[in-house]
Amino acid sequence: MTALEVRGLVVTYGAIRAVEGVDLHVDEGECVTILGANGAGKSSTLNCLAGLVRPASGTVELDGNPIGGLPAHQVARRRLTLVPEGRQIFSALTVRENLLLGGFCRPQGELDGALAHVLEVFPALSPRMGSLAGTLSGGEQQMLALGRGLMAAPRVLMLDEPSLGLAPLVADQIFAVIQEIAASGIAVLLVEQNVHRALQVAARGYVLELGRIVLEGSATQLLGDDHVRMAYLGHGLGDDE
Amino acid sequence: MSPSEILQQIVNGLVVGSVYGLIALGYTMVYGIIRLINFAQGALYELGAYLGVAVFGLLGTFATRNPILGLVVAVICSALATAAGAYLVERVAYRPLRSAPPLTPLVSSLAVFFLVISIIQVVTGAQPLTYPQVLSPRPWNLGPVTLTPTEVMIAVVAIALMVAVNFYVQHTKTGRAMRAIAANTRSAPLMGINTTRIVTITFMLGGAMAAVAGVLFGINYGTVTYNMGEFGGLVAFTAAVLGGIGNVPGALVGGLTVGVFSSFATVVLPNQWQEAVVFGILIAVLAFRPQGILGERVADRA
Ligand SMILES: Nc1ncnc2c1ncn2[C@@H]1O[C@H](COP(=O)(O)OP(=O)(O)O)[C@@H](O)[C@H]1O
Ligand SMILES: [Mg+2]
Repeated sequence: MTALEVRGLVVTYGAIRAVEGVDLHVDEGECVTILGANGAGKSSTLNCLAGLVRPASGTVELDGNPIGGLPAHQVARRRLTLVPEGRQIFSALTVRENLLLGGFCRPQGELDGALAHVLEVFPALSPRMGSLAGTLSGGEQQMLALGRGLMAAPRVLMLDEPSLGLAPLVADQIFAVIQEIAASGIAVLLVEQNVHRALQVAARGYVLELGRIVLEGSATQLLGDDHVRMAYLGHGLGDDE
Repeated sequence: MSPSEILQQIVNGLVVGSVYGLIALGYTMVYGIIRLINFAQGALYELGAYLGVAVFGLLGTFATRNPILGLVVAVICSALATAAGAYLVERVAYRPLRSAPPLTPLVSSLAVFFLVISIIQVVTGAQPLTYPQVLSPRPWNLGPVTLTPTEVMIAVVAIALMVAVNFYVQHTKTGRAMRAIAANTRSAPLMGINTTRIVTITFMLGGAMAAVAGVLFGINYGTVTYNMGEFGGLVAFTAAVLGGIGNVPGALVGGLTVGVFSSFATVVLPNQWQEAVVFGILIAVLAFRPQGILGERVADRA
């Protein structure tokens, strides 16, 4: 069944047209990636789906219910959850408070269980629960941002460049967790510039260029595609891995 | 000054300072979450004082026979009505300017300040109004200092309310949402926080606290005048900046500190110098420690 269905999405900032009619869908429990260079419109797409930016046109449905144009807090309440680019954690609040804010829309009674679950996924956060989030390392902050997203019990979890600015080893840890999250049955929409890693985690992908989807297919198809190999994986034509 | 006179001035300063702290809460909370210096706060304090007198007037002989109950009713009614006023101010004067450059809402807040004070001036014909005597005026001798029951009541109520507001901000879900908006305005809505609603609550809470401060002031001095919001607003703003604007406990610390300073100033200098002293403190803080006494966190947020 389709969890998230997007048709003809257009996002503009005044005269700038950042997204030019994007169609995409994420099935229940599926991990899908959107690949693209800097400025392709990936963040604009996710921010628009999350309600931070109003779509200029197009429709967005979550579980068959239209949510296009709703303000961000109402989209969040429907559990379409965005972990934004650059983490955007609450630096002046503790790790624990950050996580509790992730579960802001959930009944009080569910929060203890949700916290325990997130700490199972990110044991490294356990000893830091009382620390101010701003004092965490970059990798820990990304774990916190992911954990905060998980606290919402998302129907679809949207991740905007979770590996951005992280050391390769730390990025690997983050991708391992994303794999775990996807395997646990949560639908994931992953935006990445780290194409190789993204296609290892995702089952399917879209390639976004200048606000348009130029290519879509299974991870295997995209990995074997000449255009993807040339433009995003740094291979020449005919090169072998 | 003898040591007991000094002690007396400190105690007097703490009493008035607690009232300033209560007003300062509104400045500091609104600034904390939307980075707006809401100058209307001083006018809301004055409005609260006048609404308090009005309620006493409406209660008539009931308040004369049950002065304490009358005071409780006056405080609650004034706080609720002023909170409603604060809602109106936010709705009309700030919300439409949410995406305007920061100076625009600042000017708008000054306009609201002068508008409210002018309305009160016109409605009351610029005549001072008299608060009833609620508690016995006979002072208590508490060791080296003397205090009236009213002064004790004022300090207790003001400090208790500030502690309660701090608890609310630190330990309730709404309070956590306020701090989330203060820490990261952009990602708070992604948690499902309705930012508009939280901003409204913050304005109303600040207005209610200013109103309580206004009634306490009226009870303490016996009369209220149409320009009380100017000096009161200035002192409370100084208190907020001194404590570290954006920092809730800082409002209390700043209020008490400014209270003690201005209390000494009234002894050492002629009365007309009081405003100059408060302005002096404000300028000194802005020049030498702009983040205030407890303000480190705000500095790194801004
Ligand atoms: N808030 C904004 N205002 C104006 N232009 C923007 C804004 N955000 C993004 N853009 C523009 O939209 C285009 C797409 O940006 P973005 O969605 O951030 O791309 P990506 O996330 O793929 O790097 C870029 O040309 C960018 O400059
Ligand atoms: Mg981006």
